Amino acid sequence: MKGKPLVSIVSAGLSKFGKLDGLYAREIFAEAAKEAFDRCPNLDPKKDIQALFIGHMGESYEHQGHTGATMADWAGLLHVPATRVEAACSSSGTALRAGIYAVLSGLCDVVMVGGVEKMTHRTTAEVTEYLAMASDYPFEQWNGITFPGLFALMATAHMHVYGTTEKQLAEVAVKNHFHGSLNSKAHMQKEITLESALSSRVIAWPLKLYDCSLITDGASCIVLTKPELAKRYTDTPVQIIGSGQASDTIGLYERENFTSLAAARLAAKKAYEMADVKPEDIDVAEVHDCFTIAEIIAYEDLGFCNAGEGGRLVESGETRLGGRIPVNTSGGLKAKGHPVGATGTGQAYEMYLQLTGQALGAQCWRFRRNSHGSHL
Amino acid sequence: MCEQTPFTIEQFYKHVRQGKLLGVKCKKCGKIHLPPRPLCDNCFSTEFEWVEIPKQGKLLTYTIIHVAPIQFQEMTPYAVGIVQLEKGIKIPGMIRGVPLEMIRIGMQLIMEFEECKPAQMWPQWSRYYFKSA
Repeated sequence: MKGKPLVSIVSAGLSKFGKLDGLYAREIFAEAAKEAFDRCPNLDPKKDIQALFIGHMGESYEHQGHTGATMADWAGLLHVPATRVEAACSSSGTALRAGIYAVLSGLCDVVMVGGVEKMTHRTTAEVTEYLAMASDYPFEQWNGITFPGLFALMATAHMHVYGTTEKQLAEVAVKNHFHGSLNSKAHMQKEITLESALSSRVIAWPLKLYDCSLITDGASCIVLTKPELAKRYTDTPVQIIGSGQASDTIGLYERENFTSLAAARLAAKKAYEMADVKPEDIDVAEVHDCFTIAEIIAYEDLGFCNAGEGGRLVESGETRLGGRIPVNTSGGLKAKGHPVGATGTGQAYEMYLQLTGQALGAQCWRFRRNSHGSHL
Repeated sequence: MCEQTPFTIEQFYKHVRQGKLLGVKCKKCGKIHLPPRPLCDNCFSTEFEWVEIPKQGKLLTYTIIHVAPIQFQEMTPYAVGIVQLEKGIKIPGMIRGVPLEMIRIGMQLIMEFEECKPAQMWPQWSRYYFKSA
């Protein structure tokens, strides 16, 4: 199935990302679902949507599990088969993968995949503890290693091995805050300076406040269907032509090295092979910048540059809007925000907007008049 | 040594309480696991024996935690790192007794053990940490 569409995205929705006081996760998800329904008048949600896959990481925030059924009900999809997917920060990315399985298996014609997280009503210490649950408990959490701490361990190693600098890390933050300033749904819509990023308080050295993504509330969703049915719903479907997924040890300490993510490399290889494209064919990308070092490592693992050159790539401006390969045009997790469960399909939402020419302020010129595109 | 004990993470920490660093060696393929596992991920054997792991090693990477979970807030700022021991074993741990600005990748560290009452629960349960070798 090299280069052939696996599934088509026919609609997408995103809630406002930010500090959404007074709202429950289910209410935020309803906002995202409503946008997806409104974008696609030919879709009859109750009749057409045959399954819902929802990414959601933590029950602790709202003392609420059982997210699949809850979100289905509040999106007006009562009784639809609803499945919650938990895979830490890739929860809704993995939900998207589950949606692809469902459609490709032939079991479903149309599915909704999405994600949600409500975080900002908790203190930073509480959020730090809940996020750390995604790390190894008996060795990493017991030794006081936080999630920023894990990425800081990777940053220190990357700086040591490749000479990556704290300034290069800050350049990721400056770029993504610039992109966020163009996105009316972003949590932070203000540009920042290199000086303010470098002088922000230390969270887990060498990572400072502006190296970290935001604690954010938000929800996202997309609607998938079989490529041969896509025209029934929209004239401008976005085709998914490659998909990859992989995993690794739960403990960072057990991995082969700390300057690269083997799972990301393996997943990218699969997706490139399936899509029959090369890294240099990619025009625009959303990558997981939970911390600035993660974006630099993603450039390398996805093949946008060689290992060790990620810091120089961001410094060159090539990943900024208008550059050779704009990365995180939405503002990324850094400025758009990181409501953990909503992030994966939130990234897919941004790619849907880009490839259909609807990204407004941060629209890449390449896709301005293009009504078709492909999403990797 | 300790043939009758289960090959569990809890047992690993019971050894830590006795001031011992023990991993398990697969009797079939010889792979050493630390932490211990009930199933060898290399050959799927369930036959192991406890082996002592040398406590000294080289610091591979580190960070200084300033924003900590509630249980660790009183200790901030504190250093944690990943240490390369012999036989390919890597293990994370706190680095104590070294001025934070003196910590360097590649420095030699040695494992120490905390005194701890047996009944205490995380995060007060007995733990190991690293100090300058």
